[in-house]
Amino acid sequence: MAKPGRPRKPDVGKPSGAGRAGPDEAGIRDEELERRRRDLEATLAARRPEPEESGAAASSGATGYGQALKLSSEFIAGVAVGAGLGWAVDRLAGTSPWGLIVLLLLGFVAGVLNVLRSAGLVARQGRNRSPGEGI
Amino acid sequence: MANDPIHQFQIAKWVPIEIGGLDFSFTNASAFMVATVAAAGAFLYLTTSSRGLVPSRLQSVSEMSYEFVSSMLRDAAGSHGMKFFPFVFSLFMFVLVANLLGLFPYFFTVTSHIIVTFALALLVIGTVIVYGFYRNGASFLKLFVPSGVPGILVPLVVLIEVISFLSRPISLSVRLFANMLAGHITLKVFAGFVTSLSALGIAGVAGSVLPLAMTVAITALEFLVAFLQAYVFAVLTCMYLNDAIHPGH
Repeated sequence: MAKPGRPRKPDVGKPSGAGRAGPDEAGIRDEELERRRRDLEATLAARRPEPEESGAAASSGATGYGQALKLSSEFIAGVAVGAGLGWAVDRLAGTSPWGLIVLLLLGFVAGVLNVLRSAGLVARQGRNRSPGEGI
Repeated sequence: MANDPIHQFQIAKWVPIEIGGLDFSFTNASAFMVATVAAAGAFLYLTTSSRGLVPSRLQSVSEMSYEFVSSMLRDAAGSHGMKFFPFVFSLFMFVLVANLLGLFPYFFTVTSHIIVTFALALLVIGTVIVYGFYRNGASFLKLFVPSGVPGILVPLVVLIEVISFLSRPISLSVRLFANMLAGHITLKVFAGFVTSLSALGIAGVAGSVLPLAMTVAITALEFLVAFLQAYVFAVLTCMYLNDAIHPGH
């Protein structure tokens, strides 16, 4: 799968200070800056969370319909599991209605987390440890 | 009745069987599941039976599907994940062939029933849980504890992560089921417009060109969705298996 491509910028690294004093120094400084910029980009690209199934998202993004179904299913699943767990806890422990209330709210939280994860805005489960190192 | 868009999803008992008060009837859903497995198996067996060093066209289709799934699994779960290749490949072929068979007129779409997709998703998540505990023991639970969380928040975050984990099979199955169901209903509704409009006379027949064009376009879109959903199902399976193999990465 394609990793999220780092933003490709036009090559601006050529020494442009030819008219000024000390063109060699300017060239060295520009190269140094260019090298630092590349390092920074590499670090940022490594830290950015990978969006799930980026290939699929790209090809279905033409309609937006696949994306909508994907995100809504993630959200609804979180809420449904929260409600189900709350109902089961109430049923077993007899704490009605507090288990349902608390776990339904936590289910909403988990649903939002699912949506953010599947949109690639938050690191995936289990990946949040040492983000620089991949698999 | 002919225009009822839901009618295509009805289960019909073909051979009623009842064992000990439980209903084990052979329905149209069972028949099409058997047909799916038979079609996928026969295709793979027959196209690769010649074992040409230079593959024929159909043999290269089989080899491409093999390469596709194996590279997907290796990218997502590393080389340790390759022991799950038969599992992922079977799932991918089953979902793909079931989706494609459902596109034939008058055929039954197995994956448009949530119980089928939910059973597949439960199989995936059951494998993840069982293999995760078998391989990692209790350290599999580290999956639920993100690093860098203040101690007082850990119980709350763990509860949220557990709910998020449990919602995976539901979102996996709902996504496949909803895509197939919505696509087939849309197709049927637009095709129904064609017959209703052409019953209105000559102006209606002229006007029915529009929904007919739409039906053709949606059919093409449905082919895309059939491939895409099989791919998404397999990719997510690979990612969940990766969590079982390397938790806490």
